[in-house]
Amino acid sequence: MLTYVVNRVLLMIPTLIGVAVLTFFMLRVIPGDIVEVKLRADGGSVTQAQIETERERLGLNRPLATQFADWMVGLVTFDFGLSMWTGRPVAEEIAIRLELSMQVAVMASIIAVILAIPLGTLSALFKDTIVDYAIRLFTIAGLAVPSFWLGMIIILSLLLFFNWLPPITFTPFYVDPWANFTQLIWPSLAVGWRYSAVVARMVRSSIIEVMKEDYIRTARAKGVYERLVVMRHAMRNALLPAITVIGLEFAFLIGGLVVTEQVFNLNGIGRLFVQAVGRNDFTLIQTMVMLVASVFIIVNLAVDLLYAVFDPRIRYG
Amino acid sequence: MATTPTALRPYKLPKRRHWAVSFALRQPLGAAGLLVILVMAFGGIFAEFVAPYDPLDIDFGAMLAAPSIEHPFGTDAFGRDILSRVIYGARTALTIGFLSSFIGCTLGAAIGIASAFFGGRTDMIVQRFIDVLLSFPIIVLALVVVAMIGRAPLFGIDLNLILAIAIPIMPKVERVVRAAALSIREMAYIDAARAAGFSNARIIFRHMAPNVAAPYLIMLTAYIAQAILLEASLSFLGLGVTEPTAAWGLMLSGNASDFYREAPWMILFPGLAISAAVFAFNLFGDSLRDWLDPKLKA
Amino acid sequence: MQPQTAEAAAPRVDGAGDDLLRVEDLHVHFVTSRGVVRAVEGISYSVRRGEIVALVGESGCGKSVSSLAIMRLLAKPAGRVVGGRIMFEGRDLLTLDEDEMREIRGRDISIIFQEPMTSLNPVLTIGLQIMEPLTIHLGMTASEARARATELLRLVGITDPERRLDQYPHQFSGGMRQRVMIAIGLACNPKLIIADEPTTALDVTIQAQILELMKDLARRLNIALVIITHNLGIVARYADRVNVMYAARVVEQGTADDVFLRPRHPYAIGLMRSVPRLDRPRGLRLETIEGLPPNLLDPPTGCRFAARCAFRIDACAQDPALREIEPAHRSACFRAEEFSSGALAEATTERARGRPDAAVSDAAPILGVRDLAKHFTVSSRSVIFGGETRVVKAVNGVSFDIRPGETLGLVGESGCGKTTVGRLVLKLEQPTSGAIEFEGRDIAGLAGPELQRTRQRIQVIFQDPYSSLNPRMTIGQIIAEPMLVHRIVPNAKAARERAAELLEKVGLFAYMAERYPHEMSGGQRQRVGIARALAMRPSFIVCDEPVSALDVSIQGQVINLLEDLQREFGLTYLFIAHDLAVVRHISTRVAVMYLGRVMEIADRDAIYAQPLHPYTKALLDAAPVPDPLVERARAPRALGGEIPSPLRPPGGCVFHTRCPIASEECKRAVPELREAAPGHFVACIKV
Repeated sequence: MLTYVVNRVLLMIPTLIGVAVLTFFMLRVIPGDIVEVKLRADGGSVTQAQIETERERLGLNRPLATQFADWMVGLVTFDFGLSMWTGRPVAEEIAIRLELSMQVAVMASIIAVILAIPLGTLSALFKDTIVDYAIRLFTIAGLAVPSFWLGMIIILSLLLFFNWLPPITFTPFYVDPWANFTQLIWPSLAVGWRYSAVVARMVRSSIIEVMKEDYIRTARAKGVYERLVVMRHAMRNALLPAITVIGLEFAFLIGGLVVTEQVFNLNGIGRLFVQAVGRNDFTLIQTMVMLVASVFIIVNLAVDLLYAVFDPRIRYG
Repeated sequence: MATTPTALRPYKLPKRRHWAVSFALRQPLGAAGLLVILVMAFGGIFAEFVAPYDPLDIDFGAMLAAPSIEHPFGTDAFGRDILSRVIYGARTALTIGFLSSFIGCTLGAAIGIASAFFGGRTDMIVQRFIDVLLSFPIIVLALVVVAMIGRAPLFGIDLNLILAIAIPIMPKVERVVRAAALSIREMAYIDAARAAGFSNARIIFRHMAPNVAAPYLIMLTAYIAQAILLEASLSFLGLGVTEPTAAWGLMLSGNASDFYREAPWMILFPGLAISAAVFAFNLFGDSLRDWLDPKLKA
Repeated sequence: MQPQTAEAAAPRVDGAGDDLLRVEDLHVHFVTSRGVVRAVEGISYSVRRGEIVALVGESGCGKSVSSLAIMRLLAKPAGRVVGGRIMFEGRDLLTLDEDEMREIRGRDISIIFQEPMTSLNPVLTIGLQIMEPLTIHLGMTASEARARATELLRLVGITDPERRLDQYPHQFSGGMRQRVMIAIGLACNPKLIIADEPTTALDVTIQAQILELMKDLARRLNIALVIITHNLGIVARYADRVNVMYAARVVEQGTADDVFLRPRHPYAIGLMRSVPRLDRPRGLRLETIEGLPPNLLDPPTGCRFAARCAFRIDACAQDPALREIEPAHRSACFRAEEFSSGALAEATTERARGRPDAAVSDAAPILGVRDLAKHFTVSSRSVIFGGETRVVKAVNGVSFDIRPGETLGLVGESGCGKTTVGRLVLKLEQPTSGAIEFEGRDIAGLAGPELQRTRQRIQVIFQDPYSSLNPRMTIGQIIAEPMLVHRIVPNAKAARERAAELLEKVGLFAYMAERYPHEMSGGQRQRVGIARALAMRPSFIVCDEPVSALDVSIQGQVINLLEDLQREFGLTYLFIAHDLAVVRHISTRVAVMYLGRVMEIADRDAIYAQPLHPYTKALLDAAPVPDPLVERARAPRALGGEIPSPLRPPGGCVFHTRCPIASEECKRAVPELREAAPGHFVACIKV
């Protein structure tokens, strides 16, 4: 078991290096860079000399290998450099926005899991009945409705029916829990629906699969109550793949937030990312990509470890 | 015994039907999805004939007009007819959706089969690369690709956008196809082909590829839905389709949200169009899977 | 086992009063997209207290379906009971409500399924799974249930039960899991246990252990046992009474002696004859039942067996009733009395037609295998540190020769390496060491056109008729493809013609070339596999368990076909199988493998008449023979112990852990294969 954990942790390293290499060089092949965007933003004519000076200041004129090596050293020492746009430390830019985004992500996850497990289970147990059809329509709709549009519709409804808009400035939970809740519940719902739909569909299909297993027939042949057949024999097996999806989708929520934050005018990391891409702010983009990829990989690891806890075949394998 | 019993408990019998009819009857939701897809495809292809106005016609006399007989979906801030823009938007969405899903799925399937067939070190290296790609959330990868390639219009479609959507789809398809191909590789008929001295190319194309056709088709449909959604998101962020082309995501971006109160139809209809399209493809894809799966096992 | 008391416990008189279970005119239908499968059509049988009753028949005959119907566990919503009664202790199970039925399941009636690997819940401990019926039905507390579970594990022969209760199913071998299933079945002291192919997934020596255990426990605890099987040997050894099923109906019913010694239905007669038997002199040719069982989607009217029956008369167009022919012996055949009176005796005596063995030349061996070894490395999860890489020695120092025209039978239980030997010969795997010479050349170094030529000369027939044909190609394409690739025929038209020719050669029809594999039955697919192999005009064919997935009546047909083709084309076979009787029938020489090593090689007659190696003897002892008299005369002799994991094979002689005559020396010395008698090689220091 210990070697398993150590191995899984070690396996993360090449993937992270791959992400870093890919991100870094993909960004560097972009025609044009932040300097032109930045200087032209102020309007007026820009001389080649000005551009060169700015490039030098940002270190963009050094050989790629040197830039990459610098960044790598920075990553390992948790020194992510300065934003090329604002000039503030990247870590700081991200840190001030992370709290908001993480809170939305966690709230959306809670909504998703609370909805998904009962919905998926019901849908599976009543397969091909009206209950199943209704739940399937609900979940497919969850996949179909774009979260940013859902957000717009939520805002529109709040506006039309309550003549109220969620505030734009973020109120942290510890300052005013209620204000915080009323502000963030809407974006959480907007992304949570899709999340719950994905998980519910997985729960449904894995319960359907598990209910066909021989050991379910064995349990019934022993005279086990049907309720117990589902709760004890089916659920424990069916939830394993569901855990994977919950984990993966959590990591991907960061992606979903990219557009949703835009709609709700929330200043989170999703919005920061869009801004950074628009401005070709290399240091910021690459660090954020690394952050997101790391979250993904770590969540993946956590899921695998959780698997080991639930599945004796891995625990004692 | 063995006589025909007189009083068998009765039940209804299914009849034998044409496969299309049996699909429609056994997968009514999927058939409904297919119908919506066909209607949208028709509208998109024949937009010139179906749409009441030119989607680009600016009419300052009819800015932000509410839905009416002349403009059933109303008009936008430039007085452009929203219904016409939604119809032309179907063309954009379906073209980009289909092309990027097709490229992503085909690339993914090709790499997946090859990786599974050759196995060993090749497989190891390919899979580590796929791991890396999978570590990016789809939209983040798409954004990076958009930033990387820059605009490259091809036949009036933004190639960069199609690639930006296709590339994140590729690794996901690769994983599924690889898993399917790995199980096919263990089949005795592949051993028989090897024992008969067939070339690798023949084994891959003649024996393995046709057997992953079903999951490929299912994913192709499902990822068209994802691609449409992704295109809308990118366009919404201003990084996808650009003005003045009619695209659903684009219609929701920019100043649309400035007119929440004044012109809610501006955000209502394009969003409904996206939802309906994605919904239809998902519905159809799901039913296709349910319908193809038991046949594969039989 | 004491045959006489067993007889006494099962009185021959057919009284209805002491029936524990009575199935009356049961009808089960499955509604599928292709139509209604009439899986069970009006079967009736009874089981008395403490009796062992067998339901025997080929796949799809409805034997398992009828048992699931008793438990009311048919797959919903497709399967439904549409007629009949199932009387259990005076109550009709079909009329009970769901909760009443649930109370009967596991308490009064238990069932043991075929697949021990999937029938236990992988994430729950064995203890919990055994205790479940105890707490539910008997209201035991956790500690009472645990005590009883410990007792049950001990009863089914699992050592160290206290510790094993806390383990999970994957920590048990297949045979051990089946013991756990039996423990679950016995938990509440049921009155009836239904065992649905309980040993089909197990190796022959383990099968013998499990069956002896079940019989012993059933007799001791006075539990009635319904054994559902396709294996006539098992029926003969264990059953008191037998129901032979064919195409959803019972065709013959009676005591084991009646059915085996005086069969009164042509299907039962044919079935007994189409199995190769270890207890009789080897027939030159198997008698077979030609044709296929009817499709239950659209069964013929009248006698279901008529189309395949040699004794068919006009009356067979009517449905024959199951009638009493002799006391307590029923048959569903219009001519049953003629079998009784001996009027059809001529037809029922075994005809020794057929031809002698294919001519085996004394020429140089076509295939020579020298000291062959194949080791697989099973890496543990570590990728970076290498961790502990474990080596499975699947094949370890195997040598044999095959002369042109001969058939070498390779037998052994699962994990013995016999299939790997076949794959090495086919060059589907690279050997770790050793040499394989084919027609005088080592195939290891072959490449390019030379390899292609050799590939044409060595062909293969696989076990599983379902996975060995590409589902996306037509039968014609499958057979024609190798001919076109190797340019054996000039063009596609010639390939089609030759494919049609080959189809007829293997007993199919030319028009079947247009069909897809899923449109054919298992036996037909296996014939297509044979035709594909023949398309290359090979001289040598590796037959990897070619008949073990087939039903008894089809198996005989395919064996005969293989023999005919061998004679016609002068083929040489390496015949890999686990069924000793089949191997004896087809082989000229036999090699017995155990854990990667050859234990014994000899001419067929020598090895079956005078087996020298204790393992060969044990295998022959464990194989049940379809004759109740022979079975009763044999002492119970299940070889003890488990087959060791190939990951950790025992040192010295690999068989010493289970060998009845092993001594200290066997734990150290690896016995060499040596010639004990002319042409008879054995790897045992005690011989």
